[in-house]
Amino acid sequence: MSGSALIEFDKVRKIYGTGQAEVEALAGIDLQVREGEFVAVMGPSGSGKSTAMNILGCLDLPTSGAYRFRGVDVGALDRRQRALLRRYYLGFIFQGFNLLNRTSALENVELPLMYRGTPRVERHARARAALDSVGLLGWEHHTPNELSGGQAQRVAIARAIVAEPSVLFADEPTGNLDTARSQEIMDLLARFNRERGITILMVTHEPDMASYASRTIKFRDGQVESDERTH
Amino acid sequence: MLWNALNLAQREIRRNVLRSSLTTLGIIIGVSAVIIMVTLGNGATAAVTADIANLGSNLLTVMPGQRVGPGGASGGAKPFKQRDVELLRRDVTAVGAVAPLSSQGMSVVVGNKNRSISVTGTTNEYFVSGGWQLASGRFFNEGELRSGAAVCVVGETVRRELFGTLEILGERLRLRAVSCEVIGLLRSKGKNPFGMDRDDVVIMPVRTFQRRLSGSDDINQIQLSVLESVSTEKAQQDISRFMRERRRLSDGDNDDFSIMDQKELASTLSGTTRTLTALLAAIAAVSLLVGGIGIMNIMLVSVTERTREIGIRLAIGALERDVLTQFLVEAVVLSAFGGAIGVSFALVVSSLGAKALGLPWVVDVKIVLLALLFSAGVGVVFGFSPLGEPRASIQSTRCATSSGVAAIAPTAFQAVGVQCVNAM
Repeated sequence: MSGSALIEFDKVRKIYGTGQAEVEALAGIDLQVREGEFVAVMGPSGSGKSTAMNILGCLDLPTSGAYRFRGVDVGALDRRQRALLRRYYLGFIFQGFNLLNRTSALENVELPLMYRGTPRVERHARARAALDSVGLLGWEHHTPNELSGGQAQRVAIARAIVAEPSVLFADEPTGNLDTARSQEIMDLLARFNRERGITILMVTHEPDMASYASRTIKFRDGQVESDERTH
Repeated sequence: MLWNALNLAQREIRRNVLRSSLTTLGIIIGVSAVIIMVTLGNGATAAVTADIANLGSNLLTVMPGQRVGPGGASGGAKPFKQRDVELLRRDVTAVGAVAPLSSQGMSVVVGNKNRSISVTGTTNEYFVSGGWQLASGRFFNEGELRSGAAVCVVGETVRRELFGTLEILGERLRLRAVSCEVIGLLRSKGKNPFGMDRDDVVIMPVRTFQRRLSGSDDINQIQLSVLESVSTEKAQQDISRFMRERRRLSDGDNDDFSIMDQKELASTLSGTTRTLTALLAAIAAVSLLVGGIGIMNIMLVSVTERTREIGIRLAIGALERDVLTQFLVEAVVLSAFGGAIGVSFALVVSSLGAKALGLPWVVDVKIVLLALLFSAGVGVVFGFSPLGEPRASIQSTRCATSSGVAAIAPTAFQAVGVQCVNAM
């Protein structure tokens, strides 16, 4: 990549609705994220951060402007190609964990590998290793119902990193957890960022959590209000 | 790819035992209902068809008057006489045996028992055309026929009900004032396709019947068999021409007699049975549909969960096609499983049912395949329902509760994404 941006927004505009109901969610944003950064995305609701995350996660397309992922214009990809991009480069963590019910932790973590067609034995080994890395070895056969919130989120993290994505998108990953649990999760994310070089983009409302990141971008009214490197 | 989908599908089926088994049950009920009903209906039709074959070959019945209702002869028309029978036998070459028939239901008494029985006066040719055989004794001899002797041949039911004993030859039964000697016992023919007991008969020489019982020389009907070499239609035409001439009908007049082909009548009856089978099949089809709606219900109930599942799968790297394939495989596996159980169940139940009802067991492979195909179709179509209609529901449940990346499911289905963010 030779220091070039992993993620690049070039005057990205997003408009929802038409005519009277037209809403400009993103007002022409320029943004660059380099490989290995840990970015906290903050801002009140309606500020455009969700829209930006949807576009970054290849779930939505800009109305105008370009989003380049590793130099590739995502806008030029079709839905299938964008899905493949998600499959091979992106990982997601949600506020509500979003694990499959009645499905063991191991099977949940295996799922991304199944879609990649990873052979059974390797799949098991990697899923186990991922669970080990979030400290859940011994909990493989528990279903989400049998796990605490913190444990469930750690399973979700294991699932997000098992396929070794370039970028991890986290949407308020600690929104449902108490402080101690939240810190555990943030430590994990920081560790994966540090040790494995995974780029992380995390939406959060809490400055405490944002402080784990190396850079904080604040959104307001569809614009980037501030963009600070913390350390 | 397919292997992967199969793997994913079987995991999902095992994980949702209740949902899967209810779906399967719907298909089992539908498939087996159709197969059982049609199989039993086919058995009934086959039974009737076998009865028709039993009727005796090429049997025609000529009656005076135009037949109005089933079996009824309108009054007013001239009855036949013995002379008609003789001339018919002489002039119409297409016929073999020709038998005059005069019959009447009357009370038959043996000792202290009595029974209302159809008593028929006829000749030996009746036994030939009707395909009757003797169990014991003999038919009438020439002398008895000519003189009108008080002798009779009886059916198996008469023996059982009135005499009770096995040896009845030489016994006497009383018809009104006439005491009649039993000279023969007919071999049992069972019921005819109309449900009448063909063994509940007393047969005597026609002359005896006319002189001693009816008191007139009228003949109610003429029964005749058509020669093998002649078609029934041709024989009917010949008989019709002969009768019109004989009864002096001019060209414009309607026939004042009718010719009845028993086989034709019976095939009408088997047509009725087939109609009934079709009706049963229609009812069964409704149950198949109900089963299908059951499946749809179960699928719809699970939609909320499944849409969540779709969203998660898409987020962690599934293509829409992967999810589609998985759902398809799930539906096909459940349908095939349910179909197989349904078919086996139906085969067992219908064979037991056929045995209980005394019907032949006639399995129609076409119907089995059709039921299977339809149920599979229902399973597959309704199995897909979480992917279709409920898209709209994803946005309402998901957008209201979550923001940003979690809105993945609706945005993955692009059309929904717009409204979703508007709602936020």
